[in-house]
Amino acid sequence: MSPHFVIPRFRLPALIAEIGHKLPQWPHSLALVTALNAALKLKLLPESELGALEDKLFRVSVLDTGGVAHYTFRNGLFRPVFSVQREPDLAFAANLSAYLQLLARQEDPDTLFFNRELEITGDTELGLIVKNMLDAVEWPTLPRLPLPGN
Amino acid sequence: MPQLPDLVCPAGSLPALKTAVDNGADAVYLGFKNDTNARNFAGLNFDPKTMGDGVRYAHARGREVLLAINTFPQAGRVGDWHKAVDAAVDLGVDAIILADVGLLDYASRRHPQQRLHLSVQGSATSYEAINFCRREFGIRRAVLPRVLTLAQVENVIRNTDVEIEVFGFGSLCVMNEGRCWLSSYACGESPNTVGACSPAKYVKWDKQPGAMETRLNGILIDRFGDSEPAGYPTLCKGRFDVRGETYYALEEPTSLNVLEILPEIVKIGVRAIKVEGRQRSPTYVTQVTRTLRAALDALRDGAERYHVKPAWQAELAKVSEGNQATLGAYNRPWR
Repeated sequence: MSPHFVIPRFRLPALIAEIGHKLPQWPHSLALVTALNAALKLKLLPESELGALEDKLFRVSVLDTGGVAHYTFRNGLFRPVFSVQREPDLAFAANLSAYLQLLARQEDPDTLFFNRELEITGDTELGLIVKNMLDAVEWPTLPRLPLPGN
Repeated sequence: MPQLPDLVCPAGSLPALKTAVDNGADAVYLGFKNDTNARNFAGLNFDPKTMGDGVRYAHARGREVLLAINTFPQAGRVGDWHKAVDAAVDLGVDAIILADVGLLDYASRRHPQQRLHLSVQGSATSYEAINFCRREFGIRRAVLPRVLTLAQVENVIRNTDVEIEVFGFGSLCVMNEGRCWLSSYACGESPNTVGACSPAKYVKWDKQPGAMETRLNGILIDRFGDSEPAGYPTLCKGRFDVRGETYYALEEPTSLNVLEILPEIVKIGVRAIKVEGRQRSPTYVTQVTRTLRAALDALRDGAERYHVKPAWQAELAKVSEGNQATLGAYNRPWR
C-alpha cells in the first residue's frame, strides 16, 4: 500500500447488499479464516491470549456488501463455520470502509465505535481481548498515516 | 520562551509504544499485565519481555519510559505491588508513577535512586500535599487531577519544586481520581480494587430496533439512537431519569482538549503534558501524538504566533469520546 493512501469513509449502494445477501456466504468465511491462520503461522497473534478464543463462535457482518462470515477457533486453528446453530459469542457489524480503515490502522476501533460506525455485540470481554490482540500485532510494515494539514 | 513541556503519551501495547516514540512523544507511560495498574483490561499491557523490548526501543531513541503502578495494594496481596515496583526498577524504567503512600514509602526506601512520580490517582490537588510527598518520599513529579483551574495549577507550580504534569488530551470521567467507587457500586469492582473501571465482563451492548442499550451488570446506563454518538459504559457517563427528566446527570461523554490554551500552560511552567488512553489502539496514539507534537513545536516560534490549526482540531475531534471536546476545569470560573 502506498504510504499516503487514505481509505475514505464510504458506503456501497444498497443494491450491492441486496445482491450480496442472496449469494453464498462461504467464500467470505473461507477468506477471513485463511487470513487469520496466516497470521497465526507468522506467530503474529500472542499465544497467551489465544486460549480465550477456544470454541467461541464469531460473526463478522459487512453491512454494505451483505457479506456475513462465521468462524471459530479450535485446536490452534481458525475454522469457518458454515451451518450456524446458535447466536455467536461475539459479533462485529460495519460497512466495508470501516473494516478497511481498521485493518490499515487508519482509524481507532473506539473512534469508530463512538461514531457508531462499528457495532460490537455479544461477550464484551471477548471483544476486548480480540481488539487488544489485533492492536498488539506488529504487522511487518505499517502503512504510514498522512500528517494532518498536509 | 519557557522550556517546552514533555509530551507524555499512552501505550497499551508494543506497537502503541513504538508509534508514540516515532511520532514525537518525549516519554511513554505503560503498565504491567495485571491489577497493579488502572488499565487492567483483557489483552492489554506489557509482559516483562515486551516491556523490555519497549524500554530498549524508547531509550535507543532518547525517550523516557514511565511505568504506572497506580492502583492501591489489596489486603493480603501487598507483595504483588512490591514485586511490581522491584520489576520496574530491574527493567530500567525512567520513573515509576505511584498513587499509594505505602508504596511510595516502600519504593523510596528500597530503591532510593529510582525516580518517583505521584500519580493522578494519588489525588493531590494542593502544593501542601505535593510537598509532603516530596519531603517524605522524594517524588520528582506530580500529575495533577483534572479538577483545577489554570490559575490554581499556576499557584501549585509557584509553591513547589516538584515538576508538575497535567492532562492535555483524552476522555474525561467524573474525575474523582483515586477516590471513585462508582464502578464498584454497579459491579463490585473499580479501578482502585481490580485496576479497571466498568470491567468488560459486566458490560453488555444490546442492539434493539433503532437503538443500542448499554448495561453495566444489568443496570441500564444509556440508550443511544442509531445516529447518536456512543461513549464508554461507565456510570458517570450514563443518562438517568432524575425527577422525570432523562439526562447526563453526572458527566457527559466528552474529551479534554487543551490546544486552545497550550501557550498559557507552557507559560506557567508545566513540565509535562499527558495524553490519556492506554486502552486505545496504536492508531489513536499515532493521531494524538503527532497532533500535540505539531502544536508544541509550533510554540517554539513564540506564543504570539501560535494559532490552533483546524486540521489539528479535526484530528482530535474525530477520536474524542462523544465527538465532544472541552477545556474541562482549566477555564472554569470556580475558586
